[in-house]
Amino acid sequence: MDLDFTEEQDMLRTSARDFLTTECPKTLVRELEESEKGYSPEIWRKMAELGWMGLVIPEEYGGMEMEFMDLVVLLEEMGRNIIPGPFFSTVVLGALPILAAGSEEQKKELLPKIAEGEAILTMALTEPTATYEAGGVKLKAAAEGDSFVLNGTKLFVENAHIADYMICVARTKDGADPEDGITLFLVEGGSPGITVEVVPTIALDKQCEVVFKDVRVPKKNVLGELDKGWPIVQRTLEQATTAKCAEMIGGAQAALDMTVDYAKERVQYGRPIGSFQAIQFDLADMWMKVDMGKNIVYEAVWSVSEGLPSTEKVAMAKGWANEAYKFVAERGVQIHGAIGTTRDHDIGLYFRRAWASDLVFGNTEFQREVVARQLGL
Amino acid sequence: MDFSFTEEEERFRQEVRSFLKKEITDEFLRDFEERGEFDFCPEFTKKLANKGWLAMAWPKEYGGGGATIMEQLIFSEEAAYYGAPTGAYRQGINLIGPAIISHGTEEQKKRFLPPITRGDVVWCQGFSEPNAGSDLASLQCRAVEDGDDFVITGQKVWTTNAHRADWCHVLTRTDPEAPKHRGISYFLVDMKSPGIEVRPLINMLASHDFNEVFFDGVRVPRENMLGEKNQGWYVSQTTLMGERSGIAFPTMCKRLLERLVEYVKETKRNGEPLAHDPRVRQKLAEAAVEIEVNRMIAYRVAWMQHKGLLPMVEAPSSKLMGSELWKSLTALALEIMGLYGQLQLGSKFAPLRGLIARTHMYSLGITIAMGTSEIMKNIIAIRGLGLPRG
Repeated sequence: MDLDFTEEQDMLRTSARDFLTTECPKTLVRELEESEKGYSPEIWRKMAELGWMGLVIPEEYGGMEMEFMDLVVLLEEMGRNIIPGPFFSTVVLGALPILAAGSEEQKKELLPKIAEGEAILTMALTEPTATYEAGGVKLKAAAEGDSFVLNGTKLFVENAHIADYMICVARTKDGADPEDGITLFLVEGGSPGITVEVVPTIALDKQCEVVFKDVRVPKKNVLGELDKGWPIVQRTLEQATTAKCAEMIGGAQAALDMTVDYAKERVQYGRPIGSFQAIQFDLADMWMKVDMGKNIVYEAVWSVSEGLPSTEKVAMAKGWANEAYKFVAERGVQIHGAIGTTRDHDIGLYFRRAWASDLVFGNTEFQREVVARQLGL
Repeated sequence: MDFSFTEEEERFRQEVRSFLKKEITDEFLRDFEERGEFDFCPEFTKKLANKGWLAMAWPKEYGGGGATIMEQLIFSEEAAYYGAPTGAYRQGINLIGPAIISHGTEEQKKRFLPPITRGDVVWCQGFSEPNAGSDLASLQCRAVEDGDDFVITGQKVWTTNAHRADWCHVLTRTDPEAPKHRGISYFLVDMKSPGIEVRPLINMLASHDFNEVFFDGVRVPRENMLGEKNQGWYVSQTTLMGERSGIAFPTMCKRLLERLVEYVKETKRNGEPLAHDPRVRQKLAEAAVEIEVNRMIAYRVAWMQHKGLLPMVEAPSSKLMGSELWKSLTALALEIMGLYGQLQLGSKFAPLRGLIARTHMYSLGITIAMGTSEIMKNIIAIRGLGLPRG
């Protein structure tokens, strides 16, 4: 048992924190979330130079070949600072499935571009059915000669408006089991027949509606095996859920720190409000949820990296992180009083992201049902 | 980061399991349940002592096993899972023993530690008073110096097992003029001393565990003072920081959850197994998550102690979560079992021999004893987050 990070991971954390604090202050966060693209190409380039996009990509494809736990350290810092942009969708929803299921040709073509910051990716999975289960995938891909023709609508797709490639999860065969007959397609952004519209969300996180009308995708762009794409999706979801938890814990910690500082400074009735027990109890509760969240998230990350069966642990981590981040953010606003409700105050940045993070990859009810099944109920 | 145990540790865990499975049979549990004991079992203490596992993590020079904190953690985890009765030895092994190891004279160590490691002695704790609960430092029980002795007069309360104990470790006031933390001395008192009266305090379930203990001019020799005169508070802080992972709570909860899962699969309401009810599924899943989270914080506390770090905030956090979780899970069990949940041992209708009724009622004291939940939050807020005192 060793519950500490390595020295290298601590160094990665420190350097990431410094970089993000310097490059992406909260004023820029606000600018970026309201901008059309939703990210800074300049920061993106700098991140590529640091090797961040290629952190877990093998060296032979231009990456740093580091571990999932290292990526998690980075993501935690990104969650803490907040950095609007397509890092998560490109690396976790793009690079990881290509690494897992791509042909040698696909890997050679795409991974170096990702590592160099030359390609933005996302995964188009969810649809108006609004579920992460296979039954929600209704977009059809019909074989036609040496292509497939895609028809349907995807919704809640992050960064589709800037993606160079989308991994589109489509149904190639209908059957009794919805998990059977799903195929993944590498679709070039801007392909004829695709319409993308950014939908306004609480977190302004560039989620999109993507309509596919007779979109032709060459056969060579099938990622993995025909009809057998769902296991890739499941594995990606497991990694993405875990990775998102790390981001959430970073965000919750930042919201907590900010609120503790405020409670020490804000004076009412002649004393800092942090000297009142009601506030102290809230902050103690908030601290516990975050501190405990770290343990369970790191455990899930470790389990996923070790290749152990991790369905239960990942669901537990997300279930906990969902409630922890929302709780800390809500209490954070409350303790700040009226200023906490304004657009200008930083606590609101975290509150909005707490909800977006809760909903993506499965809310708490969804995660608890996964756990219930694992318990044998 | 690595959440696995070593091969040796896993082998040890299996060894502990085999031992506990053999000793803590259903028959064994029934036997001492029928005696009205749910936690106090000197026979089990002896078995552990004979195995050399009673004072497992104490240094060998004091009769301990010299085991690591992680091994102690593994043992405690398994013991909690199998429902091992620890009541007869917890005070000695977890509380006063470590305090004597840290602060005792050589003579005291030689005199007091071996009987603890052999399971030959039962201790009780003379700390709380009617006017000194959370604010323990305001205690008033007086010890007056008289030649080679100190004479103790006062009253202690909530003294678990005073009616069964051989010795009592007592906090007294030796200097009423000094600031409250600096006038306290710590004594080891023979319960057979003249002047000690024990009166039972009966709990809501008509069980006798707690007592009031009256000291009326009780003579205690100077060599039974632990630490220096008026330094007792600081010695007791070691006592209160003994074995602090809190692993027992999430483990007991895990066992209870397993039983609940079986129960809801077997039990029907309106023709459907309870296991199909989405509310039941959600609540049990939520409990499973909290149990795992609690287990992880307990491991982290043990990990910190293993590295020689003081888990100043993590230990209270673990206690707080564990005790509240035990209370809420036993409450959930009562809810799920409906009318049957309230039945106590003795009724043929009682599910799990009245386990739920009993454990939920007992859980009320656990969020209060060893530092209330509110005090735990104060510690986190003030010592952990550096918030100003009110």
